[in-house]
Amino acid sequence: MIELVDVSVVIDGVTLLDRVSLTVAPGARLGVIGPAAAGKSVLVKVMAGLIAPTAGRLRLAGEDVTGWPEARLAPMRARIGMLFQNYALYDFLTVAGNVGFPLEQRGESPESIEPKVRARLRAVGLAGSEDKLPAQLSGGMKKRAGIARATIAAPELVLYDEPTAGLDPVTTSKVYDLLRADHDASGATAVAVSSDVAGLCTFVDAVVFVYQGRIAYRGPTATLADADDPLVRQFVSGALDGPLVG
Amino acid sequence: MLGERTLTQLGSRAIAIAREVGGIAILTGQVLRALVPPRLDGRELVRNLYRMGNRSVPIVALTAFFAGGLMVVQSAPFVNRLGATSLAGWAAGYAVLREIGPILIGLMFSGRVGANNTAELGTMTVTEQLDGLRALAIDPIKYLIVPRVLAMLIMLTALTIIGDLVALVGAAVVAKLVIDIDWRTMYASFADNLTPHDFFHGVEKSVAFGAAIALTSCYFGVTVKGGAVGVGRAVNAAVVAAAVSIMLLDFFITYATA
Repeated sequence: MIELVDVSVVIDGVTLLDRVSLTVAPGARLGVIGPAAAGKSVLVKVMAGLIAPTAGRLRLAGEDVTGWPEARLAPMRARIGMLFQNYALYDFLTVAGNVGFPLEQRGESPESIEPKVRARLRAVGLAGSEDKLPAQLSGGMKKRAGIARATIAAPELVLYDEPTAGLDPVTTSKVYDLLRADHDASGATAVAVSSDVAGLCTFVDAVVFVYQGRIAYRGPTATLADADDPLVRQFVSGALDGPLVG
Repeated sequence: MLGERTLTQLGSRAIAIAREVGGIAILTGQVLRALVPPRLDGRELVRNLYRMGNRSVPIVALTAFFAGGLMVVQSAPFVNRLGATSLAGWAAGYAVLREIGPILIGLMFSGRVGANNTAELGTMTVTEQLDGLRALAIDPIKYLIVPRVLAMLIMLTALTIIGDLVALVGAAVVAKLVIDIDWRTMYASFADNLTPHDFFHGVEKSVAFGAAIALTSCYFGVTVKGGAVGVGRAVNAAVVAAAVSIMLLDFFITYATA
């Protein structure tokens, strides 16, 4: 579904990703972990085509989309759903307006959109919040509204950037339950960035550890805690002493 | 050593200004390209027309009323000394229609609508809402920028026309109250001495000012970096850039049409 080959991203002279190569198979669920400012969000934005690689190749659904202009990327993006770290809900739209927005932009009629929005909001536990504005929602509700928007159009690939950041443990569990149920039902490919390793591992099958713009580790979630790399072991255990910088 | 440092600073500043001017030129090109073929989100356009235009009418009317009155107050001593009451309306009207009206209303519009637009777009940028649009295969230029640019162009022009009329009323009211020039004399002074060209000259300027305010406010909004602090800096830069653009455009339009 996604293939990055030696992808580097340099912005304002700062290397954010450094020769990253990664393949995500269709239907796979990949977790991206790493310390703050390691390049995790940049990595998923590259996958969504929102940040163009400075070097390297990006393939989505079998097509090399490197260097494609925005207009040409649009049909490819229509196959991708994305939850942003800052929710990216539109302040001027209600919750229902936000969730139905992708369908509206595809030209679906209001009569067709309304039941889909209601069903999706019910699925994420936001029934009754249709007419609220994003400013009236709590952090957890915003995340769930963002998830509803990212998945309403049944995308083949869903990218989640910090789906549980800032949420309490109970809400975090609810969000991961929701993601698991969604992907079990849809079979869509998922890439999720999170600093909450334990929660993330309940949803994904494999993880990559990003450190200083490079992939320092990749492997199944089951063996993460016993990884050979001391960086990964320290990050997963949360130990203060170790080789992690920053 | 000091000279070298000064030159370096000047050079850096010149490059930064060139980069911003270039960025605004690219945005202008993108907006023009997005207008062909003209496909607009009508709901977004109407929303912007309402909040940018309707809500600006009271402050523009107030400013214009006193600007017109001020022209009369300034000219009152000369009118009284020379007994030139028949020229009082012309003096106020000429200054208001050609210069004071478009400039004052443009600056008010920039401070109220342009700054608000930069802050809103800037906040959308730092909260990833623009990326959110792109991720949904929606072009932010077509969806967000074009309706705002058109709304600002239309509304500044409309507000300038309203402001011109209110300023003439303000001039007549103040003339009556301060130097006791009757309404008929003021009306005759306007009608006999002002030409449609005076009015359209100001309107032309308002179109140019509207474009400058719209493009600078959108450019600085969508290029915000650095969170809330960045939004504050962008609003400041947008207001300064709009004010400088208004003064430069005013000079060149006046010079070119003199």
